[in-house]
Order: sequence, then C-alpha cells, then structure tokens
Amino acid sequence: MCGIAGLIYRDGARKIGEEMTAMLQALRHRGPDSTGFAMYGAPGPNEYVMRFKVAEKEDLDGGTKIHRAIRERKAAVGAVLEELGVDVLEQEEPTEYALRSRISFGGDLKNLADHIEEVEGGEILSIGNALELVKDLGDAASVSETYALNTFEGTHGIGHTRMATESDVDIRSAHPYWAYPYNDIAVVHNGQITNYWLMRRQLERDGQRFVSHCDSELLAVYTAVNLEKGMTLEESLRRSIDEIDGVFTYLITTGNELGMAKDTMAAKPMVLYEADDMVALASEEVAIRAILPHEIDTTDPYDEEVRVWQA
Amino acid sequence: MAGLTDSTSTQMGMHTEPLTGRDIKTKFTLENEGGFGYHFGRDVDFNRRAEIDCAQLEPTEINRKIRELMDSGHGSIVVRNPGAKHSLIVGILNRMNIIVEGSLGYFGCGLLDGPTVRISGRVGWSFAENMMAGICVVEENAGSTFGAALRGGDLVCKGSVGSRTGIDQKGGTIIVGGDTGAFSGFMMQRGRIVVCGNAGKNLGDSMYDGTIYVGGKIRDLGVDAVSAQLTDLDRAWLSRKLKMYELLPEQGVDHFTKIVAGKQLWSYDNLEPTEKKLVL
Repeated sequence: MCGIAGLIYRDGARKIGEEMTAMLQALRHRGPDSTGFAMYGAPGPNEYVMRFKVAEKEDLDGGTKIHRAIRERKAAVGAVLEELGVDVLEQEEPTEYALRSRISFGGDLKNLADHIEEVEGGEILSIGNALELVKDLGDAASVSETYALNTFEGTHGIGHTRMATESDVDIRSAHPYWAYPYNDIAVVHNGQITNYWLMRRQLERDGQRFVSHCDSELLAVYTAVNLEKGMTLEESLRRSIDEIDGVFTYLITTGNELGMAKDTMAAKPMVLYEADDMVALASEEVAIRAILPHEIDTTDPYDEEVRVWQA
Repeated sequence: MAGLTDSTSTQMGMHTEPLTGRDIKTKFTLENEGGFGYHFGRDVDFNRRAEIDCAQLEPTEINRKIRELMDSGHGSIVVRNPGAKHSLIVGILNRMNIIVEGSLGYFGCGLLDGPTVRISGRVGWSFAENMMAGICVVEENAGSTFGAALRGGDLVCKGSVGSRTGIDQKGGTIIVGGDTGAFSGFMMQRGRIVVCGNAGKNLGDSMYDGTIYVGGKIRDLGVDAVSAQLTDLDRAWLSRKLKMYELLPEQGVDHFTKIVAGKQLWSYDNLEPTEKKLVL
C-alpha cells in the first residue's frame, strides 16, 4: 500500500518542492519506510543535473572505514567525470553519501551513467536537463529537510511514500525510478506488475539496463523505449494497459508532461483534481487537501483511463 | 407473521435460535418491529443541534465527539471542515441526523445502522460499507467500492462513482445520479442498484441475486448477468425512489435497462455434495 502523488502547473514554475512535501507527508501512513521526489526545475542549455549516491544510509552504521571509503568513492566519481570531459559547474553534498552535480556535458548519457555506476557503491538516481530525483529513508518532511527541497521551484513533479513489502528498506529500492539512462523520465507506481520478468527480459534482450529488482522501474524503462521509438506519452500509456499485466496505477513524467494510467481492474486508487492553472493527483484526497485546503471537486479516474497534461 | 412462521427457515429454527456476538434488546419479530434496537442506543432529540469543527482534529477525536454529543442527547450534528479525512462517522447505531459540510476520505460512514447522513462534498473509497439501515446522500462524486456489502437503507450519490459499486451487496438500495465504473454489482446477493448514467464493463459480474437498473449505456455485462423486462412495478418503484432524491429524469424511467442474475452459475443444488465440493 504505497502512496503516490503528482502535481503539474500549466502556467509556469511554482514552489513545487514545498507542495510535494506537504502532499507526501499527508500520505505517510501509506508508506513510512522511504520517500522520494522527482521534480522538474528550469532546464539550462547543454546542462544536466545529476543526482547520485555512493553509499546507502545504513552503511554509515558500519564503522569508521565507511567514511574513508565514501571519500575515496567521491574522488573516483570525480576522476570519471574528468576522464569523460564533464564540466562540473556546481556540486552540493546534502548528505555524506548523496550528491547533486550540475554539469555541462555533450557526450553520451549512457556512457556517463555506466562509468559512474562502476564506482563501488555508486548509483545514479537521475540525470536530466530538468529532472532532479531525490529519495531517502524516512517520511517526506525529513527527506525534504535533509535535501532542502522546500525551496525547489519547478513546473511539475511526482512523489512516492513506500511501504517495503518484497524488497529491502534502502535507497536503491525506494521510488521514484529514473528511466536509466534516458533524459528526464521518471515514474512512481502503486501496484504489482505480474509479467515483470517477462517484460524485463524482453527489454534486456534489446539492450536496456535495470538497476533494481523493483517492478516499478520497468514502467520507466518501458515508457522511455516507447518514446524513443516515436510514440507520444499518451500512446505509450495506452499500450501499457494492454501489454503490462497486474494491478497498477502509475504516474510518469517527462521534461514537460505528466501522465497517468490505470489498469483494467481499477484496483489501485487515484484521486484527481483539475483546475485551469494546475492538476493534482494522489492516492488519497487528503494529499491534495494538504495544498488546497478549501472545498474542491475531485474525481476518481476509471479503469483503463489514460491522461496526459502539459506543463 | 404467518408467512414467517410457516417458512422453511422458521421450521429450521433460524428465527428462534439466540443470536450470539450481538446483544439485542428485543428479539426481532414482525409484531414488535418498533422495539428492535440496541440496548445501548441513545435517546436523542432531533431538535438539539450541535457542530463539530474538524479542521484541527484527528478522525478518532471526531468520532469520539460525535458519540459524546449523542450521549448528551443531540440528535442533529453538523460536521464542518472534514477535509477528506478517513473513517469518519463510523459505527453510528442510532437514528439521528448528521450533516457533513465538506468531503470525506476513505471508509466514511461505515457500519451505520439508522442515521440519516447528508454530505455536501464528495466521498472516497468504500463509503457506507456494510451499512445496515439509514440514509446517506452524497451531493458530489464518490470513489470506488461505494456501498460495498450494503445490507440495508438508501445510499445515494448524486454525482458519479468509481468502480465496483455495490460489490457484495446484501440488501438496501444504491442510487447513482451519474456514471458508475467497472464491476458494479459484482457478486451482489440482494438489493437494488440504480444508475442514472452509464455503467462500466462487467456490470453485475457473478451476481447471485438482486436487480440493477441503468438509465444510460452499459459497456458490457459481466458473467451471468442478463437483461430482463422492466415491469410496471419496477417503473413505479424507480419513479418513487428517484423522485425522493430529486434524481428523476425528465423523460421518466421507461428507458432504464433492468439487469438480473441469470442464475446459471450457481445451480449447484442439483449436484451431489462431493460434486459440489469439486465445483466450489
């Protein structure tokens, strides 16, 4: 029983970090183990924001050696960036193990991502022109405070509160998932995909790479591949209802879109609020009320319903 | 009473065996229907009105306050600023009026037995689950599993509702002013569902009994759900019920489609017990 939420403004950037935090905090009872945000800020020309980590939070309890190891891993990542000709414009370290780098890079994103993942403990959470993906253990308020997300301004975002059921409580298993290594695509999902391994093996045979064993990641990679083939986001969402088995409701974002799909059984909840200037969706209406406390008219999307909104 | 006394179930002792797990003041019979109630039921005055502002309260506190007001004899309670919180107004086993100014979250008004509840906003999933008696009217939309396992009373949503409306319904009436989603009336056993708008796929799937009336289009019928002839009795009942809740269409009710159980799935009575076990 995870909680998902999404928010998109149609008339320019707002303080979506603060609003996504409020929405996800209202859903904390659906999943207290970890919280994640995928938010879209102002894209710069030929610039990317890279969010990555070099250790798990729980590794810090492993003794003094881990701190030296983390320093060495950060240095190794720096060496990789230098070797590939990446120009690091800005670097922040919200925690000892998670970093944010604003980079200028004209090369192949997959090559860059693969090289960083070769560093021990290295995992890229996202690389994107506009996308910044942050996830960590704890509720929305604590993650937001740690990563200073309340000041984040952007046009749209999605988020997830996770109740760990079939995998560990760690950052690697937390949502959202970036579509490795595609620019600006992220997903949050509530449900179970029953043909996950079949679909994953097909995508892997086509050369795609997965960084986790979570079925939600499949939706991100699946969508990215469809978009690369020339489909629109709406076409990909519609196709997913036919091709992906299970019970699911998922939200997916690109650089300027937010999409939603619900499976044929409509077994997972979603409440939708649409206004002229914004759209908000969440597993429960209380999350929308966290940013719109007045009386609002909401609806439940039906089975097989697909929607896409533009920023 | 004669009919009841002579029935097979009475001969089997089903109306005389003491109920367990539920302390009832008077054993229900047709003669003393008015005396049927709970020994802990409150003697409330419908003219005594109170208000609760829920803005800063947790669901448990709100439900406790409703009970405290009932204990002090208030028969009309206004619930303000519910903020779509979950599990509000549950387990009310009294006749009384509750007016909700705003929207409820999930599992609102569950396990009711008696009250009349009016909600000006919308409600989330599983509204009025297992309601036994009373009336609930929702002015806006409702989420999925609206009236799941409803046992009695009238449950009305003037907007549209989500999927699986009236799943496992065991009695009572569900009325939807707008559309309903997929699997409405799934495995319903008794009662009536009225949908003034359109119905999603698999309507009445595996229904055992009961009746579904749809005023708009039906995407498709579920397993063992079949259409039936709308009778004069159906028309009279539909007109009366929809008029009560100001949902009677201008063109009347002649265009409604009636759906009932085909009863082809559960003719297990023709089977030997061992065969029945295999089928089930």
